[in-house]
Formats: sequence, structure tokens, C-alpha cells
Amino acid sequence: MADDKTSVDRRGFLKYAATGAVAAAVPNSMHAQEHDHDHDHDHDHDHQVVPSDPALRTKALESLLVEKGLVDRAALDALVDAYENKIGPRNGARVVARAWVDSAYKERLLNNAPAAIAELGYGAVQDEHLVVLENGPRVHNLVVCTLCSCYPWPMLGLPPVWYKSAPYRSRAVIDPRGVLREFGLELPEDVEVRVSDSTAEVRYLVLPERPAGTEKMTEEELAALVTRDAMIGAAKIEPPPGGKA
Amino acid sequence: MNGIHDMGGMQDMGPIQPEKNEPVFHQAWEGRMAAINRAIGAWGKWSLDASRHGIEILPPADYLRMSYYEKWLTRNVELLVKRGMVTREEIETGKPAPGSQKATPPLTAAAVPAVAGRRGNFMRPEAEATARFEVGQNVRARNMNPVGHTRLPRYARGKKGTIVRHHGIFVFPDTNAHFLGEQPQHLYSVRFSARELWGDDASPRDSVYIDMWDSYLDHA
Repeated sequence: MADDKTSVDRRGFLKYAATGAVAAAVPNSMHAQEHDHDHDHDHDHDHQVVPSDPALRTKALESLLVEKGLVDRAALDALVDAYENKIGPRNGARVVARAWVDSAYKERLLNNAPAAIAELGYGAVQDEHLVVLENGPRVHNLVVCTLCSCYPWPMLGLPPVWYKSAPYRSRAVIDPRGVLREFGLELPEDVEVRVSDSTAEVRYLVLPERPAGTEKMTEEELAALVTRDAMIGAAKIEPPPGGKA
Repeated sequence: MNGIHDMGGMQDMGPIQPEKNEPVFHQAWEGRMAAINRAIGAWGKWSLDASRHGIEILPPADYLRMSYYEKWLTRNVELLVKRGMVTREEIETGKPAPGSQKATPPLTAAAVPAVAGRRGNFMRPEAEATARFEVGQNVRARNMNPVGHTRLPRYARGKKGTIVRHHGIFVFPDTNAHFLGEQPQHLYSVRFSARELWGDDASPRDSVYIDMWDSYLDHA
């Protein structure tokens, strides 16, 4: 009886909840309380398209806080701009590329990451409780926060939805190899998998393995190869197509 | 608190679904919420730990149903009311109470570039705290089930591990989340073998590293 739009199973529901699309995707089961009748029957009618409830509530909250002088609207604009345009995985990629081309820098990064990223102009040493974990042919690190969404955001920006989602948070610690397989990465049995669960204010950044065929690339070209997922440990970095070797 | 947020080791939550070219925010209000969260945090009326606990105390069904930033919205409204910065009535009407004084926001647009990429300092190297453990020692995570905030995940309780790194002295979330002070403690990285955590079906090579405060641990 239910058509595709209303037939959302539990897993689909979790997915929609994670992306914030739940209001649009689950008109019957989850939003029944907003309607004056039960939708679990066979009929067809349109639902008015209105801005989602949290969008309206956020707008109302912003207006109230601005009027009360608790927040400055221009500061909010600047923060959104910083999150969208200034803080992102390009920061981490620059650090990784530097470590690949400069072995002394790499040592400093692995031994004292806050000081090493400060050399490139990132963070404030006393504020960054950062640890860098090196991936290689024998050891593969994967980072998760099972309890919430801790993430090295000065290096990587705000976390992607999958990192904050129940499927990843629940399974990364009990089945990391299965999780990596879902990302398309099949690790050989003899590789040691180390999962870091970010339960404190220490943040973990993975230093991925430098791919073969990149020996002649510049630091800038290397930085362009480095992906966010590889710095979480959810992927390896692929050699460039055709290479430059 | 043995809440729904403590998800490590649960199964059947569905596939992981990475999104290609994912935007930082999927809808504009999410960006506004992230910004509001940071800007009201600048008042210093609650800690990051209290803020996390504000998410954990959402009813479990709501926790699973709500999107990430909807949780932030709900949590921030509750904290604003709890700390006396707004009233429930103001939230409902959307207007400041008549006669209420207008405050001056602590975070200005000019200050944003300097603070936006910074997380704050949670280390307390000067605090008086005894380190009961050192690198290389075997430890057992305590079996404890506090009803308040804790960062000791359920899946590690009672399990044996090894101290692999000493991070220094850090603010203790279990008290700080409840406005009971920072009570800093030594913090360690503890390695647990996958087999210790999950049994003989787990890979003999794999392990999980968990950051743990001194009082989460006993000698083993």
C-alpha cells in the first residue's frame, strides 16, 4: 500500500535522520504527531511544502538572541563563512604533503604535532591537543568518536555526516575491517588495524602513506592528492592516474 | 550515563553512506546553528562537557530521529534556559521579555578569524594531580555505570589494556559537565586488543586505542 515516498524502513530512516532530510522523507511514521490524523492508510494527498521545523526554530532563536544582544549577527555571518570557506581538509593536506617531502618535518609532526602544525601557521600550540598517527604497509589507523563527533576540525573542517552517523560510530570499533571494506578498502590479514576512539580532547589526524609514482611531484601537487577520508583513515591515497614518475 | 550516544560496538545500524562532494552544511539553517552554537559558547556559561551532556540527555528515540544540528538546536535552547540567559517564555514568543536589558555580545565579527579555527585549551599542566600509571603498565578499565556524564565507553568497561601514551593533565569531563568543577586528572591512551574487547572472532592483530582519565583505571 505504501508508495516509495512513504515506505522508509528503519535503515533508511537512520540515513535520513543523519542527513537532516527526515522531515521530507518520513511523512507518515515519524511526523504523524504533526498531523491531525493517522497516515497509516491508503490515500493520496499533498503535503504542503514548508520550511522544516528546525529551520524555523533556528531562525526564531537567532532573532531572539540578536535582539537580546546575546549574539552579534555579523559574527554569525563571519563564523558561517569561516566554516564553509576557511577551515577545511586543505589545511590537513598541506601538513601531510610537507611531511611527505621533508622527513625532519615528519619526525617533528609525529613527536609534537601541535608545534609542527604551528610551523605552517595552523592553530595555537597550547590549544591543539593533536596527535598524528602514521599509516604504512604494516599498520593502518582509523579514527572514530563513538560517543559524539570529536574530529580534528582545525585540520579537516567540520566532519562529514557519515563520520557523525550511528552506523560509523557503532561499528568502527567492533568491525573496522568491515567498515573499511564499505569504503572500498580491503586490508590484508597481516596488516595491523588500530582504531583510535576520540573519547577525550586529544584529536587524531592520520598521516596517510605516500602513494607510489609521486616521486617527482611538488609539495603542492602532493597536497592536492590528499583526501579528507585518508586523513581519517577511511581510505588510502591512490597513485595519480598515469603518474608523474 | 548508559545512553544511546554510547554506540561503540552496536550492530545493525545500517550501511555507512559517504556522500560525494558533500557540502559543509546541507541547509542554510545548519550553518546558522553551528555559528550560534559557537557565539553563545563565547559567554562561557557552560563547558564543552556540559554541552555534550546536553545532547546525551535527549530522549533516545529523539537522539536517533533528529539530525545533527537539530540536536544542537534543542541542546542550546535547554542550556540557554538552564543558565538563565533566556526564559522559556522568550523562546516561545520569540521576543525579549518586556523591559529586559540588552546585552553586549562577547564575540564580534572582527574577532572571528582569530578564534574560528581554535578549539580552546583543555590541558591543566599546573593542576595538582597524581599520575597513578605510567606507559607500559597493564590496567583494567573500571566497571562503573554513573548516571551522569562520562567518557568511559561501555564497551571498554572491565576490559584489560596497556597504557601506551601519557597525554598530560586534562579537565575531567565527568565533573565538569555537571558544573562541579574541572577537577583535572592525568589522561592516558590505553590500548585494548580487539580480542579482549570483542572475543576470539576478532583479528589477533587489531586493537582499539581509547583515551582514559586516571580514575577510569585500576592496575591489572
